[in-house]
Amino acid sequence: MKRVLVLLVAGLMFGAGLALAGMTLPQRVLGFLDVAGAWDPALVFVLGGAVITAGVGYYWVFRRDHPILDQRFHLAGEGGVDAALLAGSALFGIGWGISGYCPGPAVALLAVPGNRETVIFLGSLLGGMLLAGLASHWRAMADID
Amino acid sequence: MLTSYLPPLAGGVLIGASAVVLMLFNGRVAGVSGMVRGLFTRDSFALAERLLFLAALVAGAALVEQWTGMSPSARPAFPAWLLAMAGVLVGFGTALARGCTSGHGVCGLARGSLRSLVAVLVFVAVAMLTTFVVRHVWGIA
Repeated sequence: MKRVLVLLVAGLMFGAGLALAGMTLPQRVLGFLDVAGAWDPALVFVLGGAVITAGVGYYWVFRRDHPILDQRFHLAGEGGVDAALLAGSALFGIGWGISGYCPGPAVALLAVPGNRETVIFLGSLLGGMLLAGLASHWRAMADID
Repeated sequence: MLTSYLPPLAGGVLIGASAVVLMLFNGRVAGVSGMVRGLFTRDSFALAERLLFLAALVAGAALVEQWTGMSPSARPAFPAWLLAMAGVLVGFGTALARGCTSGHGVCGLARGSLRSLVAVLVFVAVAMLTTFVVRHVWGIA
């Protein structure tokens, strides 16, 4: 039950932070990505504030043996830089640079009723994830044969 | 002038604090693409936890947007097919790279992950190049 409360509080903070930062506005995000236009450095402050806060907090959190409500920290292994990381990040960058939406702001679109971009973008985002799941499934099948 | 960057800074601090809360108590990374990807899971307990975080995220954004009066509005001149293509690329790309702006950008950088640093440098650089092409070569805004 305490885990539920943590998820609610953390989710609320995350969504509130995105909206306060202006990250939910694709035009604001594109204003940062458009270095050849009237460049808006706001996202430097967003990412800077987030990384420094999380960095200081994590440093302190990881001195513990385990989280307060779990047996262990669930972290991805440091597997090294591979082709999937590079290709995936590049493809994500193309989609982000076109639309101004990364996954957090895309989910936050659900806060606004009647925006046609919500259905189009979120629907295709889910489709893209399913496609990636199928692709890795096929690759795993091919490895077995 | 500088005060206009206070909301972005405060928003960033709030996002970072959210990541710390989730790690300190639940031992989880606050990565949105991972949470969404995790919705396609057979583990119903994990599914409920991710849905809860995402629903709270939507509620948090709604509350602040109500207060600031600034919420995203649709761009009528923006082609729907281009938006759909962008969505597929964001979904496919973040699944392949196993992270996005939050998972790699905030949580990964905060714990000094080399993979995340490389991911962030690649997706920010490619996004800037793409925005240049879309806005200044194709003339779509």
